Amino acid sequence: MTTLLYGLVTGILFGFLLQKGQVLHYDKQIGALRMQDMTIVKFMLSHVAVAMVGIYLLHDLGVVKLSLKPMILGGVIIGAIIFGIGWGLLGYCPGTSLGALGEGRIDALWGIGGMLVGAGIYAEAYPYLKTTVLTWGDYGKITIPQVLGVNHWVIIVIVLIGIMGLFKWLEKKEL
Amino acid sequence: MKKEGSWSPYFAGALSGVVAIGSVWFVGKYFGASTSFVKTAGLIEEIFSPEKVAQMPYFIKNLPAIDWQWMFVFGIAIGAFISAVSSGTFKIKKIPDMWEARFGSATMPRAIVAFIGGIIAMFGVRMADGCPSGHGLAGASQLAVSGYVALVFFFIGGMISANLLYKGGAKK
Repeated sequence: MTTLLYGLVTGILFGFLLQKGQVLHYDKQIGALRMQDMTIVKFMLSHVAVAMVGIYLLHDLGVVKLSLKPMILGGVIIGAIIFGIGWGLLGYCPGTSLGALGEGRIDALWGIGGMLVGAGIYAEAYPYLKTTVLTWGDYGKITIPQVLGVNHWVIIVIVLIGIMGLFKWLEKKEL
Repeated sequence: MKKEGSWSPYFAGALSGVVAIGSVWFVGKYFGASTSFVKTAGLIEEIFSPEKVAQMPYFIKNLPAIDWQWMFVFGIAIGAFISAVSSGTFKIKKIPDMWEARFGSATMPRAIVAFIGGIIAMFGVRMADGCPSGHGLAGASQLAVSGYVALVFFFIGGMISANLLYKGGAKK
């Protein structure tokens, strides 16, 4: 029960910030995919920059555990492209669709309905996919520092520099 | 501070990163959203054929029940509502501006494309085992290889369909 309450409070805070950052708008999501407005990229990478440092700091202190998703080439690459194609049509992702509804964008309801149907279809297809696509190129739960064999702080600094560079470039291009 | 009632996406995004750290620290939970759609689909299907749902491997893997993430996703809608109302940006809209400028104000075409887009997006996201929250935020924050690969291909797929959809139209 406490866990559920934490989920609700965390979601409220996150939804509040998504709305404040204007990330929930269809125009911003499709704007990023059409390379016209990079608001969502700025939001996402700012999140990653902060969370990455905090999580690894806590991880080094032994306070938190990582929860990695496996790198399965077939599932991740094919699935991500399929998701992207649907995302470009819908203009909301699973999390932002609820947020968009919260700020009155009722066209998100069609997307939420479609996503529930899509989840149902996936559940039907899962036994087949499990023995095919989801076995293609399974590298397990790997991180970039593991693959490169370097300390994670080296990668964190490089990612931070990359994010800063991209932000600078985006501001220069007024995207 | 760009528009009235909104914050810089850098600031809002960075603060959301702090929220994510807190969530991992105090509850051990990373952000994610799409599994909740699977659970909800399972809960709905259970009303009609509980025996079938109980035997389906995907619903055995993702038991249809309300959990931390389901409440998190539900909370996103409430948080967005509170923020929108308090800043005066809440607005009931049936069609997004960009869509209307290109395809007109008819509700039906938007509804159909959004619905089909939703089906495709959720099928893909479950195959990839994560959405822009699970892979893009939580995965990338942990330096997971899958997070960065998914993020790149999310955008590649989205650029393909969004640009095809708006092909030939005026720039905005």
